[in-house]
Formats: sequence, structure tokens, C-alpha cells
Amino acid sequence: MTRSETPLGGPAPLIDVHAHFHTDRTGRADWSRYNDSRIAAGRRIGISCHVASVLGSWGHTSPTYFPSPVDVTYANNWMTTYARESGGEVRAFIAVNPNHTSHAIDEIIRGFARGAIGIKLAASRRADDVLLDEIGAAAEQFRAPVLHHVWQHRRRDWPNQDASDGVELARLAVRHPTVTFILAHIGGGGDYSHTFPAVRDVPNVVMDLSGSGIDRGMMDEAVLWVGAKRLLWAADLTLCTGLTKLRALDVMGLSADDIADIRWRNALRIFPTGSFPTVATEGAA
Amino acid sequence: MNATHQASAANIVDTTVSVLASVDVHCWIGSYPFREVPHPEPELLLKVLAREGLQSAWVGYLPGAFHRDPAPANRALYAALAPHRPTLRPAPIVRPDWPGWRQELAKAVELGVPAVRAYPMQWGYGPGNQFLAELAMACGEAGVILQLTVRFEDLRQRHSMDMAGDLSAAAVRAIARLPESRCHLMVLGAGRELIEEIHWGLTPGEQLRVWYDFGWVWGPPDDQFEQLVRTMGGERFVVGTAWPLRLTQQSRALVDLLSEEIQRALTLGEGTDVAARARNAAKIRVENG
Repeated sequence: MTRSETPLGGPAPLIDVHAHFHTDRTGRADWSRYNDSRIAAGRRIGISCHVASVLGSWGHTSPTYFPSPVDVTYANNWMTTYARESGGEVRAFIAVNPNHTSHAIDEIIRGFARGAIGIKLAASRRADDVLLDEIGAAAEQFRAPVLHHVWQHRRRDWPNQDASDGVELARLAVRHPTVTFILAHIGGGGDYSHTFPAVRDVPNVVMDLSGSGIDRGMMDEAVLWVGAKRLLWAADLTLCTGLTKLRALDVMGLSADDIADIRWRNALRIFPTGSFPTVATEGAA
Repeated sequence: MNATHQASAANIVDTTVSVLASVDVHCWIGSYPFREVPHPEPELLLKVLAREGLQSAWVGYLPGAFHRDPAPANRALYAALAPHRPTLRPAPIVRPDWPGWRQELAKAVELGVPAVRAYPMQWGYGPGNQFLAELAMACGEAGVILQLTVRFEDLRQRHSMDMAGDLSAAAVRAIARLPESRCHLMVLGAGRELIEEIHWGLTPGEQLRVWYDFGWVWGPPDDQFEQLVRTMGGERFVVGTAWPLRLTQQSRALVDLLSEEIQRALTLGEGTDVAARARNAAKIRVENG
């Protein structure tokens, strides 16, 4: 018995705006298998494009959320090369550590020259720190979005990271109103119900649906608070929960337009023009 | 919006044909104390089961997990499910440090429940708790499955008043290792590490009396579920969705994302079969005794 080749997530375009890969320096013996698994599962689900980053050495030679400049550069080189060789199936974020500000800016300039389409900020510095303003200015210069790691409702410091929550990201977004900030993984840990009102009135903050969390009601509330035009489908580290959310989107009572926005059209609007050559653009307006 | 669960908007392929069991062993009705849960009513659960291609569910009463006395919760559960049996089968709470618990268990058996549920973390039981051991022994004698809930929510999002941690592997191993026990255990809501720590910490004989649902095990790219099925076999896993707290599509998504090789060979455990085993084990005991 051969199983169906029909994509599990349906035939419509689908862009994962929050993906990650590993390199030979990220401390996993199975790093290549991990990457292959992501690509294979993406094809099975029907992901048109993975927009991805590598967070330094993922803790192997410097902390995941405080990567050294050397690890950042190696990871970004690997990521942009991998994206370039993928034929459009993968596009790259440039991940930076804003504590090393001039290095971060150089990485962004270099990364966009190598084909990157967005900037990834993790948790090296709180989102509302003034140190991030130069990153915001660079994003504006390249007309590119910033994907920002967020801990939903950060009630305390969490180990190994200077995590930010929706309130803190909103402060940064208000200072850079022409830049789109993708608030990462509403299902990725913490209390998402705090996030929605925190960003509702900041229109340049959009949210990705990724993370292992699959609470019933989470996506419904997200739509109610910010609308489908500010939500983007994504998977992050768990493609299974991504597929689950895709299937749930289909039975939430959303319109076909809303679902298309979340699956891919919002990504087309947010990322630089021409970022997704493998995605047919009919009906993208 | 969330109440309607309307027909598919036709983006997604038909999901009713897949390799899944027919029973969802891990559902509740009722509200959750720490956040709003959309429409946790049995009528909606019936629609969800039909949509997901599942034939029946074992259902607990969610608020009761956080009450001291489980008796009112069980009464509410029996009453709410009465019009919907046998599709929705009650899985009542039995709290073994509460007066009258043996009568509560006897009533559950009399009503033909497949399983009873205990919440060790909410009751402050540590590993090796004697009350839980007594309950496990009694369930084995009575021929009903004992279901243990590992968690209701991810640790990272819990309400500040929700102080209970996740159920530990040590607590489950202690129950599974009880000498002479015939108790059939289902561990609900465990992740990969917990499952492995339990399974590989038991003798082959003990392993055969423990099942797990797999909604908290991750698929690609880490492929944890693939690894568990490859190393432990599919028979140890039953479908449990944790409705109404979690999206029901997760179990099917995990199965659909298995490699073709593993998927082709996969045989999941089936709740009804486990329940029959539990009943038969009790009968053997009686016959031998």
C-alpha cells in the first residue's frame, strides 16, 4: 500500500514563518537527519517554504539565547547557503545577538546580500531595550520583518534567556512603526491570553501560531483579538502541532480568505517582494 | 466561532481514513478552573468524535480533579453522560484517601465503567503513596483500568494558584511494580521522556499492563513518536486527545507524520481491548481464588 501524495495540510500554499535547522556545529550527531526530517515532513504537509534560522550553535559552544559572534556568523553562513541551495523551498532569517551591536548590524547587511529575507531576534536582550533600536532601523532599511522570540506573559526571569513578552515587544514596535514584528509562537510557552490584549493596539505586531501548545480556544481568541490578517501559520520545533493547527483552522468557522491569509498571504505581504518564488501569487492581494 | 466546528473549508484532505483506534480514552466534560475552555459539553464532544472518525470516548469530569470530594463530580458525570451512553462512557474519579472510596469504586464497576481516574498530584501524593497503591490493587481486582493524568497544561503557562507539578515516572513505576497486582494502567498526557522512563524501568511482565496516550509526544523533526513506536511497539499506545483542553487533531497528525515504514506496520492499542484485558485479569483472579 502506498500512501497518498496529497499534502496532509491541503493543496493551498503554505508558508512556515518560524522554522529552524541545525548545523554540523550545533552539537547534535544527528543534525543532518534532523534537517532532512524537517524537509520531508514539510513536503508531506505541503509547506511551500520554510523561513528558517539557526540560533548560533544551539548551546553547544555558546548559549542558544546568547550566541557568540563567531557562532552567529557560522550559523548565518550555513543558513543562507542552505537556503540558496534549496531552490526556494527554504529562505533565511539572519539571527543576531544585539549585545554585539556592530557585529549584529554587519551580519544583517551581509546576510541580506546573501539572500536573507528577515531578521531573527531571540532572547539576548529584552525587546524594549534601546539596544534593539539599531536592529529596528536595519529592518526598516531592508523593509524586512523581525521575528522575535517571546515568552507569553513573562512573570519572572526564566533560565538561560532574557525573554520578552508581548508588552515588551509592543514597546519596541511602537518605536519602529514601519517595521513588522512577528511575535513568535503563541503556543510556545507561557500564557498567550496575556499576549493578545498586549499587542492588539499595535498594528505592526503580528503573531505566529507555532509552538507545541495546542490549547483549544487559543487560535479562536487570537483571531478575535487581532484578526486573521495579523496571524501567520508556523511550526517552530514541532511540525506535528503545526499540522494539528492547520486542521483546526479549517473547522473554526473562518472564511476561505481568512485561512489563506493565515496560511500564506500575510507572509507574502510582510516579507520583501519576491521572497517566495515557489508560491503562486494569484489571489495574494 | 469555536462552538460551531463547521464542515471543513476544503483546504485539508479527508482525515477520516487513517491508522487510528476507535476509542478516545482521554476526554473530559466540564469547566477548567484556570482558563476558559470553549464549550466543554457532551453534545459537542459527540460532534467532535464524529468529525475525527472516533466511535466513542472515555470521559471524566474536569472540575472534579480540583475538588476535594469527588462524589458530587461523579454524580454530575453520570447524569450528564446518561443520555449519551454507550458512545460516551464515564471515567469517574476514585480518591483512595477519602472515606467511602471503595463504595465509589464499586458503584463505578456496577455502572460498567471501563476506567477510573486518579489525580495524585492534585491530591498531594508522592511516589510510593500507599493510598494509590491500594487503589491500584482494588482496580486490578475489580477489572477496571486505572488512569493517571500527568498534566492538564504545559508547566510554562500554569496559573499561579496551580501548584501541582507533573506526575513523575517514579510514581507510575511504583504502581506498576506492585507485587501481585493485576492493575491495568493508562498514563495520560506523558511526553517521550516520561514514557521511556516508565517503560524501560519495568520488567517485561509489568510493561504489559501499562499503556500511554501520545498527544504530548512530538513528531518531526525530532521524531519522538517514531522512535517510541520503533522501540516500544505501537501496541502500548492508545488514542487520547485531552478534549476539551487540547485540539483533538493531534493524535491523527502524529500518526500521519510517521514514516511510511512505521506507519505500515503500526498497530495502536485499542481502549476497548485494554478494558477487556483488565476484566479478564480480574476474572482469572476470582477463578483461581
